[in-house]
This record gives sequence, structure tokens and C-alpha cells, in this order.
Amino acid sequence: MTREAALNAALFVALIGTALVAQALGEGFIITLATKAAIFALAGVGLNLVLGYGGLVSFGHAAFFGLGGYATGILASHAMSGVPVATLPFTLNGSTEMLAIWPLAIAASGLAALAIGALSLRTSGVYFIMVTLAFAQMIYYLAISWPAYGGEDGLSFYVRNTFPGLNTFDPIQFFAICAGLLAAALGLVAVLTRSRFGLALRAARQNESRVVAVGIRPYSIRLLAFMLSGMIVGLAGSLYADLNRFVSPAMLSWHMSGEIMVFVILGGVGRLFGPVAGALAYIALEHLLGGVSDYWQALLGLLLLAIVIYAPGGLIGLIAGRRHV
Amino acid sequence: MTLLEMSGVTAAYGPVQALFGVDLALAEGEVVALMGRNGMGKTTTIRTLTRLLPASGGTIRFAGRDLAGLPAHRAAQLGLGLVPEGRRCFAPLSVAENLAVAARPGAWTLSGVTELFPRLGERLGQNARTLSGGEQQMLAIGRALLTNPRLLILDEATEGLAPLVRQEIWAAVRRLKSGGMSILLVDKSLRELAAVADRAVVLERGRSVWAGAMAALTPEVTDRYLGL
Repeated sequence: MTREAALNAALFVALIGTALVAQALGEGFIITLATKAAIFALAGVGLNLVLGYGGLVSFGHAAFFGLGGYATGILASHAMSGVPVATLPFTLNGSTEMLAIWPLAIAASGLAALAIGALSLRTSGVYFIMVTLAFAQMIYYLAISWPAYGGEDGLSFYVRNTFPGLNTFDPIQFFAICAGLLAAALGLVAVLTRSRFGLALRAARQNESRVVAVGIRPYSIRLLAFMLSGMIVGLAGSLYADLNRFVSPAMLSWHMSGEIMVFVILGGVGRLFGPVAGALAYIALEHLLGGVSDYWQALLGLLLLAIVIYAPGGLIGLIAGRRHV
Repeated sequence: MTLLEMSGVTAAYGPVQALFGVDLALAEGEVVALMGRNGMGKTTTIRTLTRLLPASGGTIRFAGRDLAGLPAHRAAQLGLGLVPEGRRCFAPLSVAENLAVAARPGAWTLSGVTELFPRLGERLGQNARTLSGGEQQMLAIGRALLTNPRLLILDEATEGLAPLVRQEIWAAVRRLKSGGMSILLVDKSLRELAAVADRAVVLERGRSVWAGAMAALTPEVTDRYLGL
């Protein structure tokens, strides 16, 4: 086992262990924190696919996080009111079943990612950053100005959605769902990045015309990556909505895009478990420093600055060394 | 059978015209050397042929198809296997990954490439950026072969390499030729080209000025166009 593999395993054990110890000690709040870390890590894993492996700096991933969240909130609130979400072209009833909500949340964010990616991937560099940001802000303002689902005030749905065989109200059981999905996403990304598709994505990051010369169209590869990335982030948004039983336009704002980016950069860009390390560190800092000062994010800023300057491989790179020795 | 036929091809980098009329024909199984001094349009010809640079005039027919308007990746899929100038590997990927990303089904497989270049076989798990210059060149050739091209295009494949490594690359090119591979070679070393190429096309100022059998390349021609 390489050093990075050992570190990855340790990180996952730390996440699970924190939740289990908290359960044993009856510290429900710590379990919720661990759940939040798992969800943020899942969002980071999604973004890492394009940001880390594809070298595409998307500043609009809050759009997918928020869409996943809103899909969940809207379905849950309609299930409670008994009014169908839509009657045309077919009747779509609300639902409180996670297994029914997830595919819809993933589909909504995946479709949005396909559309946003198809347009933004025609640009590159700073224009790509700006175009993705612009699309996300469009959806953010749409959510604010659309009164049907709470507008600026957001949308509460009071009761967490259900999962067969589990009591989602028990924090440790909901944590298990989130950690399980995080593990599944990590497995998926591990397989993808070793596949020909993932290799082409990483190769295109380094040099586009060399990829073209072996007969691969970088645009198609990147669009597929962008869509998969949006789908993973959308699933994270759905879980985040369930964690809080509340969705608001804040999930769609550019602060959220930046936060997801921080998980990836803090943990290690293009490292499989980078977002896990980043999200764990972020939540830990928020919890520990947040008690000391309301301005804890200034310290986070300093830490981020130090990481970017002195350890471009992030926390993973700092501990496990450079990739591919 | 003619595999590649370029006639009257012109191309420009923005407002600067670089090719003024290139004619080049290559039959199946033939090895053609594209020659000329620095800056005469050899690499531009290759870039135009592989559709990395749009042609502004003339026609390029490859394997019976007109390449006009075809995106570069489609041209590559038709069987243009380019080994670009300057050992262009994918540095963040391992040797095996560099080869896997390019592979398309056909006669060439990983074992064929590692047989041609045993050194690559010893370094499959190694990161491409840690290879020596010669090994990177072998990797670039192997990567192009794994796309199972109908025409292998080598742009300055031995430039800047140590003499021993150059000999290894040339030996591989000769083996590929004897295996029936069609090859378009850009190189400066006349002696090595003479040993492997069937025919030569000489470029001067973006125009093909001489074409004929390698044996017919007299000292007068080389003096005049290649400055040897």
C-alpha cells in the first residue's frame, strides 16, 4: 500500500470513527458535523473530477448543489401538500422517498450541467470561470425571485425524507447513508480516472492538441466529465437539503461554489481523497475556530494562502508527498 | 494504391502565409521523406495534413477521403498517427497510461510496442516525465502506433537525441517499414533517411520544389535545397 493509499484509508476511518465515537458518547451534534463533512466531501469529489483531473476551474458548481437541494425540497414539500409538482406532460407527484428523490435530483443537476457545460466549455481560462459563475448566478437569482418555493426565504420541509430499512431521523443512520454515498462516489471517481475516459481527461488538461492527435475530441470528454461532476454535486445537494430539512438560495450562491472549491484546494487538487481531507479540515476548523471568533474565516484564508503557496498538493500532498513518485 | 495525396496545399498562420503550394503523394507501404531547411514549411505541412492547422487552399486526400473541413480528431481516427515534434508525451500520466489513452483496436497492441521498444516495457509504471529524451520519443512513437494508424507521421523523431538512441529509433523505423507500415518522415539527417526512405519531397519557402526517388537525390539537389 502506498503512503497515499494509507492516508486515504486513515481519512475515511477518521470520518467514520468520529461519528461512531460521538454516537457512543451521545454527542448528536458531532455526528451532524461528521455528516456535514461527508456531504461537503461528496460535493468536493464531484468538483474535483473537473477541477482536479480536468483542470477546468468551474466557479459555478453551487448551481448543481442548489438544484439537487431544490429538487429534494420541492418534491418533499409537494408530497406534504399532496399537490403534484407537474401535471404536464405527465403527472409528477411529490415524494418523501430518498430513493425516488435522488434520481430526480441527479437528473436535474446533470441536465443543467450538460447545458451549462455545453456552452461554457467552448471558452477557456478566465472566461470559463466567468461563464460558469454567470450561469450559477442566473439560477441563484431565479430562485430568489420565484415566490412559489419560498424565494429569498427558502423552503422548509420539516420532515427528513425516508430510506427503506433505516430511520433517517437517527443521526448515525443518516450519517451512514451519506458516508455510503461518499464511498460510492469515491469508488466511481477512482474507476473513472483510471479508465481511458479519465486518462484522456487528464491528458487533455496537459495538452489539448496532443489528445486531438491521437483521435480524441477534448470537448466531448470534458462535457461528459462536467455532467458527471454536476450529478455528483447534485446528489450532495440533495443530502444537504435533507440534513437541514431546508433549502435556500444560499445553496446556489457563489459563496457555495467557492466553498466547494476550498474543500478541493485545501485537501489536494486532483487527489482522490483531497476533497475528503479538505472538507474534514474545513468542518473541524469551523467548529474549533468558530467558537473562538466569528471571523474564523480570516484564519481559513491565511491557511488557504499558505497551502496554495507552500503545498500546492494540498493536505494530501503535504502528508503523502507528490503523486507518482 | 495511393494512400495520401496532397496537391497545391496552401496554409497560413493568421495573415502570414506559410505554405504556397505543397504537392505530396504517398502510396500504401511506402516511406516518404519530407525534407527542407529550417523554416521551409515541413512542420506546417504536417500540421496542415493532420488538420491541426486549416488548409486555405488545395486538396488533401487520405485513404480515399477528402480531409477538407474534417476536425483534427476525426482525421486522426481515419488513421493519421502523428508523432509530434519534440517528444510530446502526457507528462502527468504513466507510460502504460500514455499508451492506453491512445489505444484503438487493431494489429498493434501493448505487447507489440514493448517488443519494438523493450525499454518501454521495463518502465510501464513509471511517470512519463521521468523518462529520458529517447525513451519519451519511443513512448510518443508507441502511442501513435497504438492508435493503429494507416500512416505513421514522424516529425523530427531523432532531433536532439544521443547518437546511440538515434540508432535505436532508426532501427525501429526500419522494422516498421519492413512490416509494411506507411511512413511520412521529417528529418534532417540525410544519411539515415537515405537508408530507409523510398522517395523524398523537398520543400523550399512553403512550396514543394523537388520530388523523386531517394536514389535520385543528387548532390546538386541537396546542395541547392538542403544546404548540405
